[in-house]
Parts: sequence; C-alpha cells; structure tokens
Amino acid sequence: MEQETKVSQTNEKKSFDFKKFISKMGPLVALIILVILVTALSPGFIQPSNLLNLLRQVSINAVIAFGMTFVILTGGIDLSVGSILALTGAVTASMLVSGMSAGLALLVGLLMGGILGFLNGVLIAYGKAAPFIATLATMTIFRGATYVFTNGNPITGTKMNNSFLFQFMGRGYLLGIPVPIFIMAIVYLILYLLLHKTTFGRKTYALGGNEQAAYIAGVKTKIVTMWIYTISGLMAALAGIILTSRLSSAQPDAGTSYEMDAIAAVVLGGTSLAGGKGRIFGTLIGALIIGTLNNGMNLLGISSFYQQIVKGIVILIAVLIDRRSSND
Amino acid sequence: MKIEMKNITKAFGTNKVLEGVNFTVQSGEVHALMGENGAGKSTLMNILTGLYGDDGGEILVDGQTTHFSGPLDAERHGISFIHQEMNNFLEMSVVDNMFLNKEIKNKFGLMNENKMREQAKFYLSKLGAKIDVDKPIGSLSVGRQQMIEIAKSLMTNAKIIIMDEPTAALTENEIAQLFEIVRGLKKQGVGFIYISHRMEEIFEIADKVTVMRDGISINEYQTKDVSMKQLVKDMVGREIGDFYPDRNPKFGKVSLEVQHLSEDGVFQDVSFKVQEGEILAFSGLMGAGRTEIMRSIFGIDPHNEGKILIDGQEVHIHSPQEAIKHQIGFLTENRKDEGLILNDSLTDNIVLPSINGFVKHGLVDDKAINEFTNMLLKRLSVKAQSADVTASSLSGGNQQKVVLAKWVGSGSRVLILDEPTRGVDVGAKREIYDLMNELTDRHVAIIMISSDLPEVLGMSDKIAVVYEGKITGIVDTKSATQESVMTLATGGVKDGTRN
Repeated sequence: MEQETKVSQTNEKKSFDFKKFISKMGPLVALIILVILVTALSPGFIQPSNLLNLLRQVSINAVIAFGMTFVILTGGIDLSVGSILALTGAVTASMLVSGMSAGLALLVGLLMGGILGFLNGVLIAYGKAAPFIATLATMTIFRGATYVFTNGNPITGTKMNNSFLFQFMGRGYLLGIPVPIFIMAIVYLILYLLLHKTTFGRKTYALGGNEQAAYIAGVKTKIVTMWIYTISGLMAALAGIILTSRLSSAQPDAGTSYEMDAIAAVVLGGTSLAGGKGRIFGTLIGALIIGTLNNGMNLLGISSFYQQIVKGIVILIAVLIDRRSSND
Repeated sequence: MKIEMKNITKAFGTNKVLEGVNFTVQSGEVHALMGENGAGKSTLMNILTGLYGDDGGEILVDGQTTHFSGPLDAERHGISFIHQEMNNFLEMSVVDNMFLNKEIKNKFGLMNENKMREQAKFYLSKLGAKIDVDKPIGSLSVGRQQMIEIAKSLMTNAKIIIMDEPTAALTENEIAQLFEIVRGLKKQGVGFIYISHRMEEIFEIADKVTVMRDGISINEYQTKDVSMKQLVKDMVGREIGDFYPDRNPKFGKVSLEVQHLSEDGVFQDVSFKVQEGEILAFSGLMGAGRTEIMRSIFGIDPHNEGKILIDGQEVHIHSPQEAIKHQIGFLTENRKDEGLILNDSLTDNIVLPSINGFVKHGLVDDKAINEFTNMLLKRLSVKAQSADVTASSLSGGNQQKVVLAKWVGSGSRVLILDEPTRGVDVGAKREIYDLMNELTDRHVAIIMISSDLPEVLGMSDKIAVVYEGKITGIVDTKSATQESVMTLATGGVKDGTRN
C-alpha cells in the first residue's frame, strides 16, 4: 500500500509542476484568455471607462467572495450573505433617512453584519449545525426580517441622498476611479494579510485541512470558526452599504442569489469546497472572470437568459478542470 | 491450486518497484510475505490479482500461464484479496455488505433477501461465528468484520486468500480466533498469502515465509528453519543488533501526577505518576480505556473527578491549548485523522501548536518558522525532500516523526505517545525508540500507550496495566514478563473478549 503511494508520488513529479501551475495560475490564465477573447469580439471592452465600470460592478461580489473564501477554506459555506446584505442595507438606509449621521449609520450597519455572521458562527461552532443548513435557515430568517422591517417597500429619502459620506461609498470617485474599487482593493489587502500572514490565517487553513488535528494541536477551532462567519457577515454588510449607496435606496429583495455568485467566484478561483486548499488571490480572479463574462456578454448584446447558461457552463468547466488537476 | 509468480518485474515510470520477484503458494499452506513498507508486497499482490499489469515475468496457475484482467476476474478464479482497510459500508447490514454487487435476485429482478440471509448465515457458521446478519456492520468489532470478510471470500469459492495485515486492529483474543479459522480452512485445502509485520504471528501461523526488500524477494524459508533475527536482517538489509536500544534513564522530579481520575462509564480511579526522564508504558487490551484516560488528561474529553498535577501544582485542563500551555504533547494513535493535516506542508504541520510564538509585528514570521521546522526535521532525521512537501507524501515512519517534531517543537515536557510505532516499519521503529531515549535524556517524561507487548517491555521503565477502565497494576519493567502483564491486562482471568 505504502509502495503505491510512494510510487505515485514520484510518478507525479514529472507532471507535478504542470498540475501545480494549473491549480495556482489556471484561473489567471483563464481570465487572460477570456479578456483577449472578449476584446477581439468587442474592442470597446478594453476601453478604460469600461474596465473601470467592470471593476465597479465586480466590487460588490468580490467583497462578499473575499469573506466567503475564509468560510469555504474551513470546509463551510455561507448562504446567508445575500440576506445579510439586504437586512443591513435596509437598516443602514432607514437610520440615514431618520437623520442619523452617516458615520454612525455605516458603523452600525457593519456591526450588525458582523453580529449576524457571528450568529451563524455560534450555530455552527457551538450548535454543531451543518453550515449549509444553518445558513440556509438564517438566509430565510434574515430575508424575512428584511421584508418585515421594510414592509416590502424600498427605503429611500432625501436625507440619505444628501449624506456625502454615504453617497461617496457607492457613487464617489477618487482620482477618477470609482470608490467601490478602492474599497475592494483595501478589503483585499487586509484579508490577504489576514489569511496569508497572520496566525489566524494559518489556523483557518488548519481547520479546513483537518479540524480534529487542528484542535489537538491547540487551535481554538470554535473561536476561529465564529470569527470566520463574523468576517463573512461583515463583508456582506459592507457590500450592502456599497449597493444601497449605488442605488440610493435599499431594496428588500437586494442581494438575492448573491451567495451563489460569491461561491462561484471562490470556486472559480481554485478554492476547494472540501476546505484547506485555496487562496484569496484566486477569489479575486474568480470574481473578475464572472465580471468579465457579464460585462462582455452585455457588450455583445447576448440576452441575459443565455448569459446565465454561459456562466453555469464556465463554472462547470472550471470545476471539471480542477477535479482533474487535483485528482490523485 | 498452485500459484507461481516467476521473475515478476514492475516499474512505475522510471521507478522500478519489483525486480525479478519469485513467489509461490499452494492450497493448504500459509505463506507469509514480509517486508518493510515500500518493499513491494502490495504491488506484488496487486499484480497477482490483476489490478496492475506486470512489465515482465509470468504468473502460472496450476502450471498454466494466466493473466487476470482485474480483482473480479481473480476472484472468479478463486483468488480473493482481503485488504487491510475493509471498506465496509458501516450503516448497512452485514448481509447487505456481504452481497454488495453480488445480490441474489428473484425472477422479477428484485432482491431475494431470504436467500441472501440464509447464505450469509451458512458461510459465517462455517467459520464458527455467530453473527446477527441484520445488524449494521459498523456495530461489530473489527475482528468480527474480518470474519465476515473471510466468509465473503468463501462465498466466492476462494482457493487462495490473500490477507494484508489482518491482525493490525485485532485484540489478542480475536487474533487467536482468526488463527483458528485460518488453520481450519487450511485443512480444507485453502491456501493463504499472509502479509504481516508481526514476527510472533509469522512463527505461529505460517508454514513458509518470503522476505521482500526494495522490490526483490530476498529469501524463502520454511518457517521452522529460520530465526526471527534472520528475518529482521533480511527485511532491513543489515543487522539491527538489539531491536530495542538500551535505556539508561536518570529520573528527575515528578513531572505529571494524576490522582483518582474518573469519568463515569469510561475509566475509574486512575492514579499514576511519571518522572522526568522516565518512560511509563500503558499496557492493556484495545478498548480498555488507555486512550480515553490520556484524552482526558490532554483536555479533549472531560473527567468528572480527580486531580492532575504538574510539577506538584494542581492544574485544570479543559482543552488541548491549555494542555499545551502546561507543556504536554499528545501524539494520538491515529495520525491521519488526528495527528496530521495531510494536505498541508510539513512546516505548517509542525509549527501549528507553537504558531502563536512566531508573530512579529502582528504578522507571521515565516523566516523564523522555516528555521524552526528545518531544525526539527533535521534533529528528528525526517526523510523528506523539503519542508514544503505535503505530509501525505511521507512514509508512515516519517509521518510519525513529523508528529513528534510538532510536539518536541512546542516544548513538551510531558509527552503522551499513543501507539507511537503503529504502521511504522522496522527501521523507522528503531529510530523512534532512539528519539524517545534522546528525549528522556533531556528530562522529558514520556507516557507510551502500546499494544505491542515486546515494545512495552523493551522501551519502558514502568508499566501501568489498564483493564476495563481501571489500573490493575503498575509494575517495574525489569520484573515484568509478557505473561504477568497479560494477566493484569485481562483482569487476572483469561478472558479478553472486550473490545
């Protein structure tokens, strides 16, 4: 038995570099090919204004997906992000409308996202609920709460639209670049450091690789799990603020199925749903692939009905390639 | 039936794993196949059963050149392979497991459950086993599952049965039962290829023994004509001298003391001490509660009574991180499930318990970590290409050293080793023993749980024997014998059916 494993190891060595390349750089290569393809079909794509537009479109999904990366690295999933986005967006908007200062309203909105995520974490770490089921339930609860809170109507108002800080988050420009892109970049940087350069990141990987072994090695697995879902909730709330600001209103059905786009970005980026393997850089690329697909197909005038089919197929292909390269 | 494998050669890529191997087995004999991990035993068996093609040589069955297209084909021709990992569907019943993929159907294409149940009972009774075939197979002991596996082989009318490490997870009693069955079937003309690491077993059950090393068959002996020493020499390729290194312990003060530790229904009134520089072995049957006691000391599982003292001070440990803070390390019995993160690098595995000590300006100090892990890999002489390879790519012995490195690195002063040499080959075993000696020379106190009696007697200073959750005796190793320990381990009577 040992012989076989040893042999297959040495056997793989030749093709090993290729596989490592695929798993590390595959998503990037796919993105570059996609960009070239779209540019060839529609030269307007590569215009700076369109690229900035694309990045701004991507930013909301990317921010959610960055948080989702941590969750998926532990082998979990967070289906509630779209609902957290809607609920925190609505609460933030209503605070602004009632005249609260923007800074405080944003802070409360973010805090609330964190708390909702923390709740998921408690259910999963201490309630021992399966992440899929726990967040499926909270997804429904938070969505329902949003409808109750908003009475099913969008929240908007002049006070909200007059707040500079709030407007700035989703609609502002800095040096000619939309602010959401900066937010995405800053979040990426912070979470990149957190994942790859702190002990918390190491523990995240360890937890996803083998929870029992991590626990015995002294990792406070429950606490790490709770923090990770808290981060995910926080990111969803941040995305909610950007979206509400962009639209100048909080929609009760905002963020519906955003969890799917975020999961798709993470998976396209090469992170394994089984946990323990993956990088946040991949998620960024994954989000860009989805963004490029959306943007490119819009430019090409492809009907949104077909767009969904294409997106689904791209995800399938990515997963199949990933299976191949990680298969042993 | 007679199977002759002649001059078998096999390479994976450029890596030659078998070179001119000869092996013969026939009905009515037990032929043991020995060798370290990686010697090529499993590959040879996989070639025999057609899972792999060979690159040279021939296989004769009753004088006819034969080639099986795969395990199923081999099975149809009366060769059955019982793997070490049984791959049962634990929630499914015994009968469903036995007939998986071989279901008996009635004329409507539906399963004929009565007939399957009858047959299952028939073959199990042939082995003298009384097993409720409707029970989920996972509720049975490993020993019973092994019997079911043999019954399955008989169902396919096997003439030759290959057993890969069948006793690895069996209790003494179950081993005795297994051997009884093997002897019985032998009389009925069944031949066995018996792969095992355990010397004692070879001499007890095998008629012939073939030793493999590095892809060659070194020697074939009649078991009665060969000594254990010779077999070890053939396996390792050199004289190992004494299998267990000498221990010259210098005891310091008491490191860990446990007083009246109890957990309802698991273990009761456990008290013992271990000194700096001492190896205290925990002996007993599987399931006696040894692992559970250690898990409780390490804070994984609770206990409802008793005290734990470290350096004479009472401590309260509720979680592994608290145990690590008190400088306890725990090499668990199942390194793949609890000891290692197989897909992570050696570095990530080793540094995990000490990771909080490697923070500089809030960030992880990778340079210091690399120095730290490389130092440990070197000190424990782990054979690996680099610290960046995944733990899964190492052999069992080296994986075990990585787990040890983890706990040495975290500064353990009390080290609990649960079956430290299980699944480790002979050469690496000796290295682990040497390491244990080195650690006790540095005043580490070691608690070693082991089911391997010679190992317990060879490597410990004191032996605590556990029976049904209680310590039945703590004896000085110098005055202990296999028999005296076994008597304590079975509660004084010869009845060790617990599992």
